Amino acid sequence: MAETSRFTLHNGLRVVLAPDPTAPVVGVAVHYDVGFRSEPEGRTGFAHLFEHLMFQGSESLEKLAHFKIVQSSGGTFNGSTHPDYTDYYEVLPSAALERALFLEADRMRAPKLTRENLANQIDVVKEEIRLNVLNRPYGGFPWILLPPVLYSTFPNAHNGYGDFTDLEQASLDDCAAFFDTYYSPANAVLTVAGDFEPDRARDLIEKHFGDVPHRPAPPKRSFAEAPPAGEVRGQHTDPHAPLPALAVGYRMPDPVGELDAYLANLVLAGVLTDGDGSRLQQRLVHREPLVTDIGAGAGLFGPFEARDPDTFSITAIHSPDVSAERVLAAVDEELEKLAATPPDAQELAKVTARWSASLHAEHDRLMSRTLSLGAFELLYGDPSLVSRLPDRMAAVTGEDVAAAAKALRPDSRAVLLVEPEGGAK
Amino acid sequence: MTSVDHRSAEEIGRTATGPRPVPELGAQKAAADLSHVDTVLSNGLRLLAVRKPTVPLVELRLRIPFGGTAPLHAATAEVLAETMLTGTARRDRIEIDTELALIGGELDTVVDPERLTISGNGLATGLPTLLDVLADALTAASYVDEEVARESARLVERLAVSRTQPRVIAREALLRHVYGDHPATREVPQAADVEQVTPEAVRALHTAAVLPRGSVLVIVGDIDPERIAADVERVLGGWSSDASAVVMPGLPEVTGGDLLLVPRAGAVQSQIRLIAQSLPRTDPRYAALQLANMTYGGYFSSRLVENIREDKGYTYSAHSGFEFTGTTATVGVDADTANEVTAAALLETRYELGRLAVVPPTAEEVESVRQYAVGSLLTATSSQAGLASQLAALTAAGLGVEWLAEHPERVAAVTVEEVAEAALDFFAPARFTGVVVGDAATLAPQLTALGGVTVGEPGK
Repeated sequence: MAETSRFTLHNGLRVVLAPDPTAPVVGVAVHYDVGFRSEPEGRTGFAHLFEHLMFQGSESLEKLAHFKIVQSSGGTFNGSTHPDYTDYYEVLPSAALERALFLEADRMRAPKLTRENLANQIDVVKEEIRLNVLNRPYGGFPWILLPPVLYSTFPNAHNGYGDFTDLEQASLDDCAAFFDTYYSPANAVLTVAGDFEPDRARDLIEKHFGDVPHRPAPPKRSFAEAPPAGEVRGQHTDPHAPLPALAVGYRMPDPVGELDAYLANLVLAGVLTDGDGSRLQQRLVHREPLVTDIGAGAGLFGPFEARDPDTFSITAIHSPDVSAERVLAAVDEELEKLAATPPDAQELAKVTARWSASLHAEHDRLMSRTLSLGAFELLYGDPSLVSRLPDRMAAVTGEDVAAAAKALRPDSRAVLLVEPEGGAK
Repeated sequence: MTSVDHRSAEEIGRTATGPRPVPELGAQKAAADLSHVDTVLSNGLRLLAVRKPTVPLVELRLRIPFGGTAPLHAATAEVLAETMLTGTARRDRIEIDTELALIGGELDTVVDPERLTISGNGLATGLPTLLDVLADALTAASYVDEEVARESARLVERLAVSRTQPRVIAREALLRHVYGDHPATREVPQAADVEQVTPEAVRALHTAAVLPRGSVLVIVGDIDPERIAADVERVLGGWSSDASAVVMPGLPEVTGGDLLLVPRAGAVQSQIRLIAQSLPRTDPRYAALQLANMTYGGYFSSRLVENIREDKGYTYSAHSGFEFTGTTATVGVDADTANEVTAAALLETRYELGRLAVVPPTAEEVESVRQYAVGSLLTATSSQAGLASQLAALTAAGLGVEWLAEHPERVAAVTVEEVAEAALDFFAPARFTGVVVGDAATLAPQLTALGGVTVGEPGK
């Protein structure tokens, strides 16, 4: 990957450029520094609903025009809402770079927020929730169901997709306030990656984004809260699930302020569940066997998408003949073993080699690379950190992993039990 | 709600200087030529190796035709796929995982009624290991009794989970409604069948069906294609047989007919699934039909999505697309909708089919899908993994790198009239059949009132 460069426009918009001429395509992304943790009480799901509205027209573009222009230029697009940011992106043939910049600038400057579009997108979002949560086995497991058990403050604990009643009450004035507060250029990062000429891109960015008026970025909020003082438990009855499941949630080191400790948790997740030879796969899937599937990971959608506090989770689907307590006891035993005896060099090398390869593969997909550079600028103020991660991961020692395992304490964690309703069709 | 002093929505939506024009497109560069080798090895395996050194990785796809008509074929094939990489004469399960992990690699097996696919990737420097483990599994997978028993038990639990997924239920209902008892309908085996599969049967199936002749290996990445051919010949030389891999029997042609409302009591959302006969990529009219499909529901700016999502809010996603099977193809339409709007969504879905057939796409619509067809192909094939998957799909129809390179020209040459003809010939509502899976008690009165919908279980 070529060198990335950065600059900031007068209105505060931060820009990341990452040229790469190997294929005639270009990626453009805008990350806004607001996610569902910033939603006010009574407006669960608002950040995601607002993401939908940003596609519904702007001063220069009628409803539907955004989609049409991207696609009739040969491009693809989407957006997504995370705990601490919301991203918008398109990947297009390189001839369409200026169009993509125009589209993002136009909706950053003057999105058309209408009552009609709000009502329509509330319906679409409700269908999205029915599709992904309500009508599906294990819908929202664990990302919607685990946080309310592990966390006790509204920002961390609430449902990021939103409750239907809250969504239905969202008003146009809520939208206007949300936009003016969070969607200022000073609260955003623009990333351009792929086949383009940096000087020309700079000119085009100045041309299209330069006159988006400055508004101050909102003050950074802390979402800090104390870890649970004991083991906290929650239960959820799933009308569609055929088998019980469980999720264990732990608090992790600050992903930004304690990056190396956070990375040790990523290596730990690999040691626990990555591949047939991993600790929990070997024992719980193959040797005993207690579970159908097991996984561990940092961040409920993956690593590097949230600031502090972030969640380490272990999830498993198991047979009704096996009690959740047996699964938990086996997990605790394996964590204790790791805490007492650090993994050896080969075990670490397995995890870091796979990690390094998967990072290369992620960056070979232009869309992923564009998004990842933008997110690292937003969260870490350093997009080039992405390319240094494999080395930082490789520097994690067995002792670091043992320490991470020791910190996943049974007396400070959340356990969510998912029970099938029974007889579900 | 968060700031006291904010503009109104109306003030936000306008600026002093007013709306601005959309910039013109610049000049587009073509994709780089792909240096490659496309050859048949002495054991009958077709090898397609392509150099794409964007990252120091390599992607591999091996597709083995894997048709079978025996009653337990689907279940046995599924257990085979789950256990193929759990041990060989030389390596046990953990050794396989360790060797692959140390080259940053993975190998996965997936089986469907048409073929067994082994996908892999890893650091390019680890390709010899990746090929060696692959060759070992192909020629010496051991399927020890214990692994087969354990994977079968896991599979039974996974099947239970899978059969509660609305999309799996709808897919199964659609296939049974359209193809009856054809082997193609057995994408997900029955748990009771899996329980009957013995290690002997899995080993016998491997010997009889995991064959190089008729199979295709695609390798894409930071490699030298010429050298790879010799390496693969050497490493996979021991994988040989005079027999050819078994192709699934051809599918009967899909003819239009009633939709079947398949009851799923208490569901809060319905699955609408329509299907019609279509054309394979080798047909001269394919490019025109591809553009007709995109206009209908093949991309977000399509008539279907604009109507039932963006205008009416009936669905989160609506989509139409091709499915290529053997030498034939079908086109499918799918949307998931809330109960109260299911009948209305079906009405609009059929309306748009009729409209596509009899109100020809405009020149503007065709230009839009033309650009999208070319651009999305560029994007999809700009990564090693995307290119490998795209090429593997093409090889199933006997196509390769040349087809990919020439396709933009074919798309460019299609006329608006050709798109209109393809739309009339292939998208008329009368050509479609399908299923709606949902809460029949709620849905039946409206759906049957629309006509062309009967209620029942598929395949009966």
